[in-house]
Amino acid sequence: MTANILAAAAALITFGFVFLLLRRGALREKYAVLWLIFSGAALFFAVFPGAVIWLSRILGVAQPANLLFFVTVVLLVLVSVQLSYELSRHEMRIRRLAEEVALLRNEISEIRRDRDGN
Amino acid sequence: MEPHGKPSSNTHALPLANVSTNKTLIAIPAWNEAGSIATVVASVQEHRPDADILVVNDGSTDLTAREAQEAGARVISLPFNVGVGGAMRTAFLYAQREGYRALVQVDADGQHDPADLDRLLAGLKDADIVVGTRFHPESMYFVGGPRRWAMVLLSKALSWMNKGNISDPTSGFRSAGPKAIELFAIEYPADYLGDTVGSLSIAIRQGLVIHEAPVTMYFRQIGRPSKNALWSALYLGRASLAILATGLKANRTPREDAS
Repeated sequence: MTANILAAAAALITFGFVFLLLRRGALREKYAVLWLIFSGAALFFAVFPGAVIWLSRILGVAQPANLLFFVTVVLLVLVSVQLSYELSRHEMRIRRLAEEVALLRNEISEIRRDRDGN
Repeated sequence: MEPHGKPSSNTHALPLANVSTNKTLIAIPAWNEAGSIATVVASVQEHRPDADILVVNDGSTDLTAREAQEAGARVISLPFNVGVGGAMRTAFLYAQREGYRALVQVDADGQHDPADLDRLLAGLKDADIVVGTRFHPESMYFVGGPRRWAMVLLSKALSWMNKGNISDPTSGFRSAGPKAIELFAIEYPADYLGDTVGSLSIAIRQGLVIHEAPVTMYFRQIGRPSKNALWSALYLGRASLAILATGLKANRTPREDAS
């Protein structure tokens, strides 16, 4: 029972924290929604542990806790892969911008030089 | 999606100051090379007075930009270090927008001999890319041990892909014609070995003609890390990764790649 309370508390804190970040505009919706769904699901299973037991029986998992761990690991891996993807894309875009900035800066100084006539 | 595929045609609103149709651009990517850049610029100028020299200052924290400018080169400064690949793509973008028909990449540390520029440029008559190779009968360049095996293996793989010999795929002394400039302005890999091996792999995939020409290279004075079996294995792994990544990517349209 105490384990359930602990899990529910953790889920609630996560939910609240993400909600707070979202309200402050520090987190974009597309990421926030994901974490809100995760913590919501965690809260649900903490309050109704019977649901986990029922699910694991259907899926043929002997230990309900293992189902929980498995699903959690899969979700976290998916999230990190997505973050790596976003990070790579941003690195590429930043590099592109840096190149563009360099070229524009050069163009500006050339135009200035032409204008000042030397 | 943003229209970033071909920046030149649709986002370049300013009129080009000097569209030079037959001129050659010598591009020198430089990162903290204040000690050697002026000498390199001067000796390139001496060998090819007709060519424009562009130093891409890759986020140097020393006086590279000023030294290069005072030596008479055009200088484009990147706001932070993006690596040789990023610096070269900037050079290719510049070449494409300004209408250059040929670009030669020269290292800023003075290991390339500007006397070879003529040969690299002449080779563009019947090729899109000419790679300067250190491996030829008159070469003073020598590598041995596992490092040599790694380089030979890499060269064999690329030569096989190219259906023509590329004996020194990691050489940074190379020239590019109009087709290659168009391609590399859009996509030039920025990862380790991507700027040398990866770019060749992309070019092969796009059906560009790659030849090679013998060149002289001097040993670097400073910063030569020890190269052992472990280094060679890592080197091969990363090179394979560069070929694989660019090879897979080449099947996509350039528009997506440029994002």
